[in-house]
Amino acid sequence: MSAQAALGAEGRTPATQPAEVVLEVDDLQTYFFTRGGLVKAVDGVSFAVPRGATLAIVGESGCGKSVTALSLMRLVADPPGRIVGGSIRLDGVDLLQLDDQAMREIRGNRISMVFQEPMTSLNPVMTIGRQISEALMLHQKMSQKAALARAVEMLQLVGIPEPKQRVKEYPHQLSGGMRQRAMIAMALACNPKVLICDEPTSALDVTIQAQILDLIAKLQRELGTAVILITHDLGVVAETAERVIVMYAGRKVEEATVGDLFARPRHPYTRGLMNSIPRLALMRQERGPAVERLQEIPGIVPALVNLPEACIFAPRCAFADDKCRGQYPPYEQKSPGHWAACWHSDRIAEKADG
Amino acid sequence: MAVVDHSAELARAGANVRGWTGSLLFFVRRYPLGAIGAVIMAAFVLTALFADQISTFDPFTTNARISLARPGGEHILGADFMGRDVFARIVYGARISLAVSVGATVLGCLIGVTIGLMSGFFGGWFDLIVQRLMDIMQSLPLLVMALVMAASLGPSLTNTIIAIAIPLVPNVARIIRSNTLSLREMPFVEAARAIGMSETRIAVVHVLPNTLAPLIVLATAQLGSAILVESSLAFLGLGVPEPHPSWGRMLSESAAEYVRTAPWLVIFPGIAISAVVFGTNLFGDAIRDILDPRQRM
Amino acid sequence: MAAYIVRRLLLMLVTLIGMSILIFVMLRLVPGNITDIIFDSAGFVNPAQKKKIERQLGLDQPIAVQYVTWIGGLMRGDLGYAYVSEKPAIEEILPRIPVTAKLALLALIFSIIIGVPLGVVSAVRQNTTLDYVLRVLSLSGLSLPSFWLGLLILMAFVQFWGWIPIYRSDTGSIWEEIALLSIPAAAVGFRSSALVMRLTRSSMLEVLRQDYIRTARAKGASDTSVNYDHALRNAVLPVVTIIGIEAAFLIGGLIVTETVFNVPGVARFLVEAIRWRDYPIVQNLVMFIAIIVVVVNFLVDLMYVVLDPRIKYEE
Repeated sequence: MSAQAALGAEGRTPATQPAEVVLEVDDLQTYFFTRGGLVKAVDGVSFAVPRGATLAIVGESGCGKSVTALSLMRLVADPPGRIVGGSIRLDGVDLLQLDDQAMREIRGNRISMVFQEPMTSLNPVMTIGRQISEALMLHQKMSQKAALARAVEMLQLVGIPEPKQRVKEYPHQLSGGMRQRAMIAMALACNPKVLICDEPTSALDVTIQAQILDLIAKLQRELGTAVILITHDLGVVAETAERVIVMYAGRKVEEATVGDLFARPRHPYTRGLMNSIPRLALMRQERGPAVERLQEIPGIVPALVNLPEACIFAPRCAFADDKCRGQYPPYEQKSPGHWAACWHSDRIAEKADG
Repeated sequence: MAVVDHSAELARAGANVRGWTGSLLFFVRRYPLGAIGAVIMAAFVLTALFADQISTFDPFTTNARISLARPGGEHILGADFMGRDVFARIVYGARISLAVSVGATVLGCLIGVTIGLMSGFFGGWFDLIVQRLMDIMQSLPLLVMALVMAASLGPSLTNTIIAIAIPLVPNVARIIRSNTLSLREMPFVEAARAIGMSETRIAVVHVLPNTLAPLIVLATAQLGSAILVESSLAFLGLGVPEPHPSWGRMLSESAAEYVRTAPWLVIFPGIAISAVVFGTNLFGDAIRDILDPRQRM
Repeated sequence: MAAYIVRRLLLMLVTLIGMSILIFVMLRLVPGNITDIIFDSAGFVNPAQKKKIERQLGLDQPIAVQYVTWIGGLMRGDLGYAYVSEKPAIEEILPRIPVTAKLALLALIFSIIIGVPLGVVSAVRQNTTLDYVLRVLSLSGLSLPSFWLGLLILMAFVQFWGWIPIYRSDTGSIWEEIALLSIPAAAVGFRSSALVMRLTRSSMLEVLRQDYIRTARAKGASDTSVNYDHALRNAVLPVVTIIGIEAAFLIGGLIVTETVFNVPGVARFLVEAIRWRDYPIVQNLVMFIAIIVVVVNFLVDLMYVVLDPRIKYEE
């Protein structure tokens, strides 16, 4: 995959032609200045997304994945949050250097976002059609009529039945799955280069989840949009992405292709995440009558204030030793295209094989 | 993108605030209006408590010779028609305003909290009937209800307090009830039930403390209303009776006739009322911002 | 939709009946009646005379019967007789209504025109100097007793223009009357506009915190568009409710303002009737106020249904 080659020596700058990469994030730092102290929600995160590819960012609540997504759109609430360092290059243009006016022209146009909660993310007193046409009228200077016609087309594209009727309806008249489809239609209306999906299926029923993910994949193929998928659900990752980044406490702890990550995770946190997935069928059939305990990662996510110099995962890690507690491990390439920040990644990988 | 000064931002957010003095200073910097309100309220209470020390004259002595004296000299705020010192009547009037407003607010809140808590917690018929009653009571403007009650009960200090307290009850009951209803469904209440706590105990030990924040916000708002209603009642001649000095009555006694001839009789009592209510409102706003930011006004 | 209206009407009726009972009871909290007061001022009590007057006024009947007589009369439009003037109560009340209605309407218009735009501006420019100034101003609007404001306005007029804007019913044209009434209307409306302003502000702030505002921004909408197209549409809903409720509560402010500016309206009449212990008048006037409040609330509910597309479907 060209994505692997795209990540060069330190996982930061691309080694291939820039035209391959549509979004390049370099050492992004988003901090929150609160009464309780300085919270480094995103602390030096870098990645590159090739045109038309899917990147998944995985982690528990509080790891900084949502803040990363909001930072890409420059929608972080200020105060208390501020992007204090790094660069975000969309087709070569650094979004963090743009003024407000220029950034607004990019939002919804060249880079879009789909949020987690479709019920609260849609304006309850505006029709669906109006909300979709708004982006079109704003960025593509369409007339109201033309925009509405295109909105109907978009609704059809996302698989909403009777789009001409739906276009006149209000959000509360649609089911959860349909609302999310409408949100996707809204986000893709202006054919953006990058679509960020922040937990797009977490608020939906399991059966609908699969439909929505299929929809996103299909649209991605048809429109050539790059997708950044934010999720806490490894199952979703396995289905949709080519490349994965695992985040913990505001930093990257591992990244690889999906296949590599699942086959040989090199960070104990990733291993922990995988082991925590309940595998009921396996337990009953393959392991016989003795049912295994659900494995958990002991401890809780640390408060992001005043982090020590040690490996941040050490307090919860079964493999931690004094070296881990004394020094933060460097983030380095452990095998081609596979990066991790752990002193003992070889041992972790071996255990996974067994 | 400008360079961000970490320590400046943190200081602005209030990190590294230590101790009582630190917290107090932070409060003053962050909520300057609230601090001003607190100062005004403190001044109000102190004036009421130390009226004897503050005022050289007493508010009851009449002195026909200095009737309608202009402000200045011995009588810094002038004298009224009967020769009573205006400053003294304002200072002692603070006592009455404090007594009535605090009395009415406390009484109204006590009754309201009890009703609201029981209504929200136990539900059923009690809730239904009480709800209707509260709705009905709220359909009358505050002043109208207080007016009718005051007229009906007759003029006295206690009756005025009751007349103002009763109309305050529905508002308190309604808010406490809705709070209780949402708290009742919370997991920690279920947990308490699961370990066998009696309903009453749960209501008092678990639910009540969690309604404290909105109650405090409500009480400070009601305090201002109580002062205004008391002065309106007094202005209309149906409030605290003679000889108690009341700011509202001072204004009715001067009314339209003295507007031309003795403006100080109109200005000073009004400033007193407005200042105190203003102070409670400022303070109440800040308290609400701190305790219950969702309700930000 | 029709079912909703019918339900609300029934609720209204129940509330009104409850209110009539409440009012009736409130006025009879203390033992003794008008006859006691009449004889109090006379200085002695003549039992035979007292009984005769009581029978005349229907006060010797049991309470429940008195109540039913009153309610029956209300339905027929017979409000009983005023104690003091001995004219039918309705003849005293009816002519005083138009003035109060005009005053109330002017005050309401005043409060909306001033309150809503300032509230929006205050929310949109949160925490700027302008916001602080507006908040302090609105707070003072809530802190000033409206009768004092009225007195101050009178004082200002006397000092600067040499005349007192006391109401006169013999003004020439309707415009002169409105001009004259706008002064007390402003005095009453000041407080209302402060309330409306604060509520609009808080409603706007609440709406601006919602997820769909973030979505609008994610689409690249400008600040103006976000504030006015997206936020305001949602923010006005609670404001409409409050304006409706406030409209009814204006009456409280009207009572004192009509007294200060000598407007011969229904609100001032209530106070006079209370002073004269003219209980039939008081009873009917308070009931009248209650009816107005309940009807206005009902109309506001209807308007809310029209404005909020969600309500129609929550049956």
